[in-house]
Amino acid sequence: MDKPLLSVRNLRTSFFQDEGTTKAVDGASFDVYAGKTLGIVGESGCGKSVTAQSILRIVDAPGRIVGGEIVLTRADGSQVDLVKLAPNGREIRAIRGGDIGLVFQEPMTSFSPVHTVGDQIVEAIRLHSGVSAKEARQRGIEVLGSVGIPKPERRIDEYSFELSGGLRQRAMIAVALSSNPRLLIADEPTTALDVTTQAQILDLMRKIQRERAMAIMLITHNLGVVAEMADDVVVMYLGRVVERGKVDDIFHDPKHPYTKALLQSIPSIESVPGVRLPTISGSIPHPFNRPRGCAFHPRCASFVPGRCDAADPAVTPIGHARSVSCFLYE
Amino acid sequence: MSGDPVAVQETASADGATLSGGLAKGAGSLAEQRIAVATQWQLMWWRFRKHKLAAAGTIVLALFYLVAAFADFFAYADPQDSDAQRSLIAPQTIHWFDEGRFAPYVYALKGTRDPMTFKRVYKPDPSTKIPITFFARGEPYKLFGIIPADRHVLGVEGADTGKSLFLMGTDTQGRDLWSRLMFATRTSMTIGLVSVALSLVLGVVLGGISGYFGGTIDSVIQRIIEILRSIPTIPLWMGLAAAVPSDWSVVQVYFAITIIISLIGWTELARVVRGRFISLKHEDFVMAAELVGCSKSRIIFRHMVPSFISHIIAATTLAIPAIIISETSLSFLGLGLRPPAISWGVLLQDAQNIQALVISPWLLIPSFAVIVAVLAFNFMGDGIRDAADPYL
Amino acid sequence: MVAYIVRRMLLAVLTVWAISILSFIIIHLPPGDYVTSYIASMSASGSAVSEGEAAALREQLGLDQPITVQYFKWMGLTLRGNFGMAMEWGRPVVDVIGDRLSLTIVISLAAIIFTWAVALPIGIYSAVYRYSFLDYVFTFVGFIGLAIPGFLLALIVMYVGFAWFGANVGGLFSPEFAEAPWSLAKAWDLTKHLPIPAIVLGVAGTAQLIRIMRSNLLDELRKPYVMTARARGLPEHRVILRYPVRVALNPFVSTIGYLLPYVVSGSIIVSLVLSLPTVGPLLLKALIAQDMFLAGTIVLLLGVLTVIGTFISDLLLMWIDPRIRLGRQ
Repeated sequence: MDKPLLSVRNLRTSFFQDEGTTKAVDGASFDVYAGKTLGIVGESGCGKSVTAQSILRIVDAPGRIVGGEIVLTRADGSQVDLVKLAPNGREIRAIRGGDIGLVFQEPMTSFSPVHTVGDQIVEAIRLHSGVSAKEARQRGIEVLGSVGIPKPERRIDEYSFELSGGLRQRAMIAVALSSNPRLLIADEPTTALDVTTQAQILDLMRKIQRERAMAIMLITHNLGVVAEMADDVVVMYLGRVVERGKVDDIFHDPKHPYTKALLQSIPSIESVPGVRLPTISGSIPHPFNRPRGCAFHPRCASFVPGRCDAADPAVTPIGHARSVSCFLYE
Repeated sequence: MSGDPVAVQETASADGATLSGGLAKGAGSLAEQRIAVATQWQLMWWRFRKHKLAAAGTIVLALFYLVAAFADFFAYADPQDSDAQRSLIAPQTIHWFDEGRFAPYVYALKGTRDPMTFKRVYKPDPSTKIPITFFARGEPYKLFGIIPADRHVLGVEGADTGKSLFLMGTDTQGRDLWSRLMFATRTSMTIGLVSVALSLVLGVVLGGISGYFGGTIDSVIQRIIEILRSIPTIPLWMGLAAAVPSDWSVVQVYFAITIIISLIGWTELARVVRGRFISLKHEDFVMAAELVGCSKSRIIFRHMVPSFISHIIAATTLAIPAIIISETSLSFLGLGLRPPAISWGVLLQDAQNIQALVISPWLLIPSFAVIVAVLAFNFMGDGIRDAADPYL
Repeated sequence: MVAYIVRRMLLAVLTVWAISILSFIIIHLPPGDYVTSYIASMSASGSAVSEGEAAALREQLGLDQPITVQYFKWMGLTLRGNFGMAMEWGRPVVDVIGDRLSLTIVISLAAIIFTWAVALPIGIYSAVYRYSFLDYVFTFVGFIGLAIPGFLLALIVMYVGFAWFGANVGGLFSPEFAEAPWSLAKAWDLTKHLPIPAIVLGVAGTAQLIRIMRSNLLDELRKPYVMTARARGLPEHRVILRYPVRVALNPFVSTIGYLLPYVVSGSIIVSLVLSLPTVGPLLLKALIAQDMFLAGTIVLLLGVLTVIGTFISDLLLMWIDPRIRLGRQ
């Protein structure tokens, strides 16, 4: 296996507020490979979005990366640790949009309401390649067309509120792709869309990935999307990676109790009617109120008192490209 | 599986985190329980308390209203007692210690004729000390208009208070400024309340009708509000105030000015009320109430109004400073309250002449009262508004 | 877009009409009329006015007709540019008002320019560097500005100028230019005198606008499009200035509509304190003397001024907000 395009090692990002400190990401490690899709899965509040923001160093104050490394392998083979770069410095800004593109969840509010789509694409293109305005506009029209927007030469002068939801999301993807990034981070790209449009967007992303051998980091809470798109999966809970592995392994042979419970709670066409759907008992603890030891233990069916609430489980490799954080496997 | 009330617990914890600053961190569930059962007003009060400026403003305002209620007590001289010979005396310095003991006193004033201007000039006479007493007996008055009393906060021993004590100096007619300031505080602070009450009624009624019923009546009321808002207020007030007949009594003028000011001020409150009604009209809980069969008035008063009453309180508090400033401006111009009425604006009329002001700068003291009162109202109103809805 | 302009224009016309009625009513509210106060001032100075003279005067000035008739006569004359006679001066109203209206416009505009020039950068800074030391300083100063009524500030400024510098900082012209005809030199003299009235007038509005800008910008800074802009690799200053500031500008621009009446009306009292030769002192005198044509015309003109200003700000808003231009609610 070749070197990973992006390698996250023990990332820790915390939010420092008057009322307390939240460890939004508390030791996450995973790798992203060129041409492959990594799915990051977890409930709301588990730290998936903050992880994506940390990679691009756009975590909002009062949040800060407090530890770990994010190693990006550039096109020329050199490596750079994104954590060590100056925030908002020239290097990281070149990487944002240039090497790594970001697609957000809400296409409506991710575009400026008072600038045209064209303004924003052209600006991104000129920022990373210094071409003339005319050429940038030409490229913009091309990339809008390549994401399946009909009549791109007209759409480029429209405002985001003039486009439908599906077209807006395509336009967002176009902006992210406009400077040919090698990694596309998609944060809940289909959550705000209806199912049909969702399928179209996912098809689009797969097509682009094939054409450009681009890596995709897909963040979602929708297990169905992960099953469809991802090659590798990372399961997060309360800021930690609880399980990692290939998508088939995770879905057919989950190891961590949380992963098992998640998969169990998916309603299936084969469910017996009249039987209650299994749910995960309890609720996500408040970030200021982290349970001691393993964060999942208050809700875990396999809880071992004395062990699970006393110490943090370490990351245990269990086979080829798989790891899990649970005392059951130590 | 248990089916816990997940949502309630989660929101409780979210608030618990922000509000439990005073409670022990990590005493998670106890604080959360308190938050979960706290009423809307308790939550507001906790948030308001944290806002230090608002708390300071509230205390200051409480002091002001204390003075307003007990003006007779806080004043030590008759505010209307004029004596041309005492005109424009500078504020006296209080000497706090008499040979080491705490015994405040002032020097008596000796009047001499200035040989250059032939005007009577008062200078402190170091040979005569007049001791100051607290809670002294003085001019009789009626507390709240009914209870006879004669104690004042300050007084002097062995001399006539009215002729010896001038803590803030005197005005052009020789009247003690401190005593006048006390009474002015009463007038200026209460005009604000009466006026805002009127604006509130107008604003809530018209804004409510406009927001709740919508349609043409909404458009009509909206246009009226827009028109009123785009008319420059001061010429309008000046015109209306000039129309008040000069032979009306002090009380009549007081109420006339109050009504005039509130006639323009209601537009802001109406806007707030209308906005709230419009956004609430489409809330699910209103639809639920309708489906259950509640009458319109019940829906409005028991369902909708409680959700925005805190915003109304905030808007009302923030409207008062503008009213105080308008009354002060009008009276300053001579168009508002007129002597013998006493308000901050009337007191400041004496400060119109710059040359006189330079010689007697203490005439500007009432302006501090205005500024402090307005600041206090603004701080308190801001605190209430932040407490009512921190996301607004 | 056209519908928007037409709507705003209709509203403007309606407002002017409402103002004219209001100003007319105001003038006629006090009991008695100009002739009554004329008689009063004549008898105060010792001479008497007979019944016959009074009646003749009334007929001459048209004061003996029903009010509605008087109103329409007045409107008819006004629309033709004839604002009538200022009874006390015995000269046409236009002459008496003279320069004063244009000077009122000049200082109002100066105050607004000052307000904008100060409020915009401070508002942006306060939002971006929220809770910083300077933010607290600006907030504090802003509160003070909000709390001091215009005339009080004018009073304090005059006092300070006189007591510390021995100078009379009021007035818009140096003595040699006061009555002189207009020239470049006079204009320059005016400009030199503008800062103090502009600042005094503008301070309260500035404080308000800073707060509005700050809170609008804070709202916008939280929105996803700001993070998206950063994620595209834009330098920070462009992220802030090109996107959230631009959006926050919209409600900011719409506040001009209400800033103008506020400034114009504030100028009335401030002019009195600073002895500025604008419309303010004239209005006060006219009201006290119940000089109907003069007072009514001044109120009407002030109202029209602000309506025009509001209309211009509506046009400005339409120009910078594509959502209005393209008819989206």
